[in-house]
Amino acid sequence: MIVKTANLNLYYGSFHALKDIDLSIKENLITGIIGPSGCGKSTLLRVFNRMNDLIRGVRVTGAVLIDREDIHSPICDLILLRKTVGMVFQRPNAFPLSIFDNIAYGPRVWGITDKKTLRDIVERSLAAVDLFDVLKGRLKESALSLSAEKQQRLCIARLLAVEPEILLMDEPCSALDPIATGKIEELMLELKRKYTIIIVTHNMQQAARIADEVGFMLLGELIEFDSAKKIFTNPSDKRTFDYISGRFG
Amino acid sequence: MKDKIAEKLLLFIAFSAIGSLLLITFFIFQQGIPLIFKIGLGNFFSMHWSPTRGQFGILSMIIGSLMVTVGALIVGIPFGLACAIYLAEFSSKMVQKTLKPIIELLAGIPSVVYGFIGIVILVPFIRIHFGGPGFSVLASSIILGIMILPTIVSISYDSLIAVPNTYREGSYALGATKWQTVVKLLIPAARSGIVAGIILGMGRAIGETMAVIMIAGNALKIPHSMLDSVRTLTSTIALELGYATGDHRAALFACGAFLFIIIITLNIIAIRITGRRE
Repeated sequence: MIVKTANLNLYYGSFHALKDIDLSIKENLITGIIGPSGCGKSTLLRVFNRMNDLIRGVRVTGAVLIDREDIHSPICDLILLRKTVGMVFQRPNAFPLSIFDNIAYGPRVWGITDKKTLRDIVERSLAAVDLFDVLKGRLKESALSLSAEKQQRLCIARLLAVEPEILLMDEPCSALDPIATGKIEELMLELKRKYTIIIVTHNMQQAARIADEVGFMLLGELIEFDSAKKIFTNPSDKRTFDYISGRFG
Repeated sequence: MKDKIAEKLLLFIAFSAIGSLLLITFFIFQQGIPLIFKIGLGNFFSMHWSPTRGQFGILSMIIGSLMVTVGALIVGIPFGLACAIYLAEFSSKMVQKTLKPIIELLAGIPSVVYGFIGIVILVPFIRIHFGGPGFSVLASSIILGIMILPTIVSISYDSLIAVPNTYREGSYALGATKWQTVVKLLIPAARSGIVAGIILGMGRAIGETMAVIMIAGNALKIPHSMLDSVRTLTSTIALELGYATGDHRAALFACGAFLFIIIITLNIIAIRITGRRE
């Protein structure tokens, strides 16, 4: 599953939020998108599952291809796109339902009603984020009673339950402490074997720790896109160098 | 100095409001309760209401009140919920801004007007198309259902609006449609507020008097169908208090005390439910 954009432009009303973005994201890698606040990195991420559709007055031009299909074409099935391209949000948004119902939410939306199948999916998804052993006796408890880190894991498990192929993560650790962050990062490294992960972060160390490829954005432009090693040791653009060396941002 | 006087004055006014509530409560119970002890609980909750023969059983009125209230909920809940969901999730800001105040305005229409509309339009309609006297459980249920709409709509709407947007995003991001999001996530998330709205609406329906007197028919018997006439507790008090004396008068106060307890209980439940959410 490859993600490609060509001449991607996005406007909020008259504000030009993304400018001529060309990038190509490879399968089974973690691609980090970094840049200062307001550079458009979250907006870019939300292009890939068309979350921006929810905002009034957004206009997108250019092409966004996922698995060679233009996701903005009229024949693209938005619902199916969102199943294929899952998203983890900045703040853990576990639903005010039981742990079981949180994970079964997606499969139920997709029409699975068989109890046994649902139980299998829930167990498998929890196991994939290393929560099953901790929570197996407590599936009926409210998800909101969990710690922030466990809630974020639960959100990832909830996502895995609908069998996506690409995981979009919008600063998934910004509400977590360093230890919890480390655990979520370990999880991401595990998940990349099966999924293509795109993560937006303003934490450069985090991008350096986990990302294989990194894009640096500034004021709506993609300044540089390269392997993480290159970006963090020998960037080609002076602005990238200034950002990673902490001169601004 | 002026501030101090104003503060004391406001305090006095605030407490006199609470004080008058306490006095009313005390008065109702003081007038009504002795009768219940005099005739016994069994007689009070029996079928026979015949003040001239000294029988004060309120069961048929309780059933009457219950039937019109349940009927009102059957009418009011689906319409009220649908309206709240549409306003909160599907309509544009413009529609919300116009529709919500109009629905809240429904609460401001005097109940005699509802009763009047019931007599002029609904009662003849039911008589002609469904049979029976027209003055019926059905007519009262429909009118009461409309009267409790503002309560159900505005409280349910507020609790739907209060569901954080991150939940909606999370649901859409899993591929849920708007409708699935509403049914599977937003209604469960807003459940406590919705239930509170329904309970408060229920309290309104039980307590409503004027509109019900005008269209329920007030026959003192247990209704067998939705087309039969009924008499509610509130109607009985309003209809008979004018000429009642002695034990009869006390019995009406006992009805009032009984209603009072039910409505206070409903309100406490509603407050508990909404309180638990925060």
